[in-house]
Amino acid sequence: MLRSTPQRSAGGSETVVVAPTVDANTIISWLNETEVEIGAQSDYLTQLDAAIGDGDHGTNMNRGFTAVGRALAEQAEQAPPGRLLILAGKTLISTVGGASGPLWGTALRRAGRALGDAETFDGQQLAGALDAAIAGVVELGAATPGDKTMIDALTPAAEALHGGLDAGEPIGVALVAAVSAAQAGAESTVPLQARKGRASYLGERSIGHLDPGAASSVIILSALQQVVDREQ
Amino acid sequence: MATSAPTAMKKFLNDPADVLKESLAGLAAAHGDLLRYDAANQIVVRIDAPVEGKVALVSGGGAGHEPLHGGFVGAGMLDAACPGEVFTSPVPDQMVAATKAVDGGAGVVHIVKNYTGDVLNFKMAADDAADEGIAVESVIIDDDVAVQDSLYTAGRRGVGATVLAEKIAGAAAERGDDLAAVAGIARRVDERGRSFGVALSSCTPPAAGKPMFDLPDGEMEFGIGIHGEPGRRRGPIDSAHEIVEVMLEAVLSDLKPAEGAKVLAFVNGMGGTPAIELYLLYNEVDQQLRAAGVEPVRNLVGSYITSLEMAGASITLLELDEELTSLWDAPVHTPALRWGV
Repeated sequence: MLRSTPQRSAGGSETVVVAPTVDANTIISWLNETEVEIGAQSDYLTQLDAAIGDGDHGTNMNRGFTAVGRALAEQAEQAPPGRLLILAGKTLISTVGGASGPLWGTALRRAGRALGDAETFDGQQLAGALDAAIAGVVELGAATPGDKTMIDALTPAAEALHGGLDAGEPIGVALVAAVSAAQAGAESTVPLQARKGRASYLGERSIGHLDPGAASSVIILSALQQVVDREQ
Repeated sequence: MATSAPTAMKKFLNDPADVLKESLAGLAAAHGDLLRYDAANQIVVRIDAPVEGKVALVSGGGAGHEPLHGGFVGAGMLDAACPGEVFTSPVPDQMVAATKAVDGGAGVVHIVKNYTGDVLNFKMAADDAADEGIAVESVIIDDDVAVQDSLYTAGRRGVGATVLAEKIAGAAAERGDDLAAVAGIARRVDERGRSFGVALSSCTPPAAGKPMFDLPDGEMEFGIGIHGEPGRRRGPIDSAHEIVEVMLEAVLSDLKPAEGAKVLAFVNGMGGTPAIELYLLYNEVDQQLRAAGVEPVRNLVGSYITSLEMAGASITLLELDEELTSLWDAPVHTPALRWGV
């Protein structure tokens, strides 16, 4: 559920603007939407992975987000957004395996820790959580932009999100730009030679293929954008 | 004459989703005197674990490489194995459960093959175990000379030297070495061991139901990994003599053994190559090594780190010293390796 709360504008002037905030229900809707979308595109992700990896990305991510949906449904009482993300991250780490489990699990856990125990958060906090998620992925996987990984989708998405919010756009609008940037970033992996993960064994033969981790990153961010859009 | 589709999977199974669990249950049923299968945590644990005061060894990785790792659980080798789904890394929960189950108070060595998934999951498990007060040393095995070790790859893969590291470090733990010493022995095996593999056919993961790659009749792949990863190049199938020349050249040019070095020569089958061919290969390895001034004083011939039903073989050379030799000779009692007991 998206609520509007009065907030001081970023400029520090006396103007009081109405900025939407996000709460636990938004996070639950997002993770459920991700479960549905990853499930629907599982075969597509697996095909991408079969070309330059070991052909299990869709299966593994689908198993993970199905478990996340189950874990959220089994909660005794509603936790704040940050706690929900930590629960989702831990669940992914415990169920996905491969490299995606630790990487996406760490991303959600770090995002959750960045949000802390607040009941609601705004766009800037969301952008901060995405930054923390990316920092966690980089710390664990040591990927830099251009390595043909999920980072190539997530980094431009974060930049676009910050840019939009700093320009005074509401979360929903800034997220549309972030998803577009993620999509463009994912497509930019096609001509790249993989330097991380199993695809790197292929050397030049990894060129010409979309990175599966970048593709699943777009699906996950797009699910968030759609949920926020629906609630606005 | 009717022909079946060439890609149809022919495997012994009930449900592809249950392959791993049913196979582990069978391992435990066959070797209940050596190990037990903890189905809830999906781990295989040495029957007398934890051994009080002994450094414990835990390894793991995707299934499909049997007998690695579950077949190496027992006295003188691994204390526990954590198998993931076929060719998929296990998850940290399994590794933490295994680490807790085998810690005898002297710490635990994690032996990790260098694949991104395995490395990341074991890293998270080591952090979790440390939080629970268990001392863990991780040793990464990366012996496959077919992959260039550079900033532009995930680094060399862990293959044949993993088997040798598990045996030799297991013996060091058994004789009472402390945590740092056991980890140091495993690292020494990795530093002095090099491998190279070739494939004559692809392999078919049960869940996928089709081969990982196509290899036309009469062709082979040089420099393959153990998950159906492609190799350095593809070419026509040469004579065994010529194939071993290529494999040994790749290994020796990287290992650069000392003049008159003594080595352990490990000829490993990938799962679909019979022993008659593996011994034929060993004959070539033995002759060519001696001609090159390298003495194979120990050997291992058989299918120990496999890639499902792939036809193919790998050669691992480990440059021995006195200590490594005596640890290799020490007693071992596991389902897949047994001597001295």
